[in-house]
Amino acid sequence: MAEQARPHGAFDAPSDAHDPIRAGYVLRLGDDSLILGQRLSEWCGHAPSVEVDLSLSNLALDLVGQATLLLGAAGDADTLAFKRDVLDFRNCLLVEQPNGDFARTMVRQLLFSTWQHLLYQRLAVGTDEQLAGIAAKAVKEVAYHRELAGEWVVRLGDGTEESARRTADGLDWCWRFVPELFEVDAELEEACRCGLAVDPRSFEEEYRASIAAVLQEAKMAQPADQRPILGGRRGHHSEHLGHLLAIMQYLPRTYPDAKW
Amino acid sequence: MYTTDLTKQPGKPDNVKPIGPAEDSALVAAFEARVAADEFIEPKDWMPEAYRRTLVRQISQHAHSEIVGMLPEGNWITRAPSLRRKAILLAKVQDEAGHGLYLYCAAETLGTSREEMIEALHSGKAKYSTIFNYPTLTWADIAAIGWLVDGAAIMNQVPLQRTSYGPYARAMVRICKEESFHQRQGYEAMMELANGTPEQKRMAQDAFNRWWWPSLMMFGPPDENSPNTAQSLRWRIKRETNDELRQKFVDITVPQAEYLGLTVPDPDLKWNEDKGGYDFGEIDWDEFYAVVRGEGPVARERMTARREAWESNAWVREAAAAHEAKRRERVAA
Repeated sequence: MAEQARPHGAFDAPSDAHDPIRAGYVLRLGDDSLILGQRLSEWCGHAPSVEVDLSLSNLALDLVGQATLLLGAAGDADTLAFKRDVLDFRNCLLVEQPNGDFARTMVRQLLFSTWQHLLYQRLAVGTDEQLAGIAAKAVKEVAYHRELAGEWVVRLGDGTEESARRTADGLDWCWRFVPELFEVDAELEEACRCGLAVDPRSFEEEYRASIAAVLQEAKMAQPADQRPILGGRRGHHSEHLGHLLAIMQYLPRTYPDAKW
Repeated sequence: MYTTDLTKQPGKPDNVKPIGPAEDSALVAAFEARVAADEFIEPKDWMPEAYRRTLVRQISQHAHSEIVGMLPEGNWITRAPSLRRKAILLAKVQDEAGHGLYLYCAAETLGTSREEMIEALHSGKAKYSTIFNYPTLTWADIAAIGWLVDGAAIMNQVPLQRTSYGPYARAMVRICKEESFHQRQGYEAMMELANGTPEQKRMAQDAFNRWWWPSLMMFGPPDENSPNTAQSLRWRIKRETNDELRQKFVDITVPQAEYLGLTVPDPDLKWNEDKGGYDFGEIDWDEFYAVVRGEGPVARERMTARREAWESNAWVREAAAAHEAKRRERVAA
């Protein structure tokens, strides 16, 4: 992407000003990674075992790394991460859901990482060179996230009565946010049309089959479909995102002139 | 990060007893000759009981310090002020969890299980570095921890790469490499603050004021009150005394502070030409022993967080064990 001079502090003006469709799409991907990375980092020091603490911080680090590259492809990564408010965030609602207990965290991870993995596999061979490069690097990380989350969901689903109940609760909480992952609005349709984005409906069947296989191995019932909750891609989020941003953005907002 | 060998009371040895008559003097002599020849002692080798106990205590204290040390930094991961700083802090805390793991494994080779060690930590029986019982109030504290606390840790740990117990020495080699990255990132973050806005400079000086003395305390009690030191030096568990290491740390750190434009919070600090090092003021040992006893400013918060993480997630560990048992049963069937 060509370097362009940008007006100072113009966080809402993507560097690729000629292509707002591209910037908007990359922002969706970057925000997904950023917000989930932020959520996972809340676990630090509080996980069930040292090994799990290591895994969760590893996942968070991967996701923050992806966010840095993706937001960097849409503008100034730090300005985008720390100076936008709720209405300008484009992440899906699933990733901003509070961690809940470890079962809900792992269910959320499975539902998201499976989707992200299927998407990034396709983006990695896509026509946009920069995006393909980022996806090709990230797809290896995401494959591991998917595997790790799948293993935990199986362990917890087919563990004790309590862990199965908690896993079912986690599924019940997260399931209504799955349809949003496959929602194609006008903006995404346009991004698909110009060959930049991947239409998620092209892998929805594979996604559903993959989740069903994990749940079967976990001896968990497939949750009944719930009324979809949508809006994240348009900046209409859950109440939780504002609190997450208040914490994440507090320093750059309190000291707007400071460099860190 | 590192904890030195902590005793509960000044002048009272904790566990180490002189080599008792119960132990075969020929075995003891052979053991001491190997140690004196700088050979590594390995898990299956014969060793005096007191050597084993000292090591279990020291290595597990060190492991606990890595794990508890995740809390003050975890407190700031969600508020790190840039994506780069967030990634660095996540990587650092991940390293610390890894260090905790190697160290628990090294201690397990001496016949104490990780569960026993964690139980001892949660019951308050086992100690961890006093430094983690101080709060991280501002972002500058994260910079100060990297610069000073990890700096002190390196000072302590470099000689431990030559400690006499093989698994501990080898764990230390790996840990030292990562610690030097921790220290550099801390100093770099501090430099950004010290050269930043007036508010950032204020934050930097304030953090330095609060972390300087506790960092000096990380080297443990003064040599005259460190009853385990002589025995540990003889067995080459330790290679330098607390005061020697502390002096080295002061001599290296003061010029770094000057470079940052920060004032060392010690009116008695002055260069001593004769000894080629700094003279520095008296450490508040009452505070040190109080913190060792568990009376540090956030000792309760730290232990409560650890116990809650352990207890509220017990169901996860139980589920993993139950699943593993079922899986084995299925494989056997």
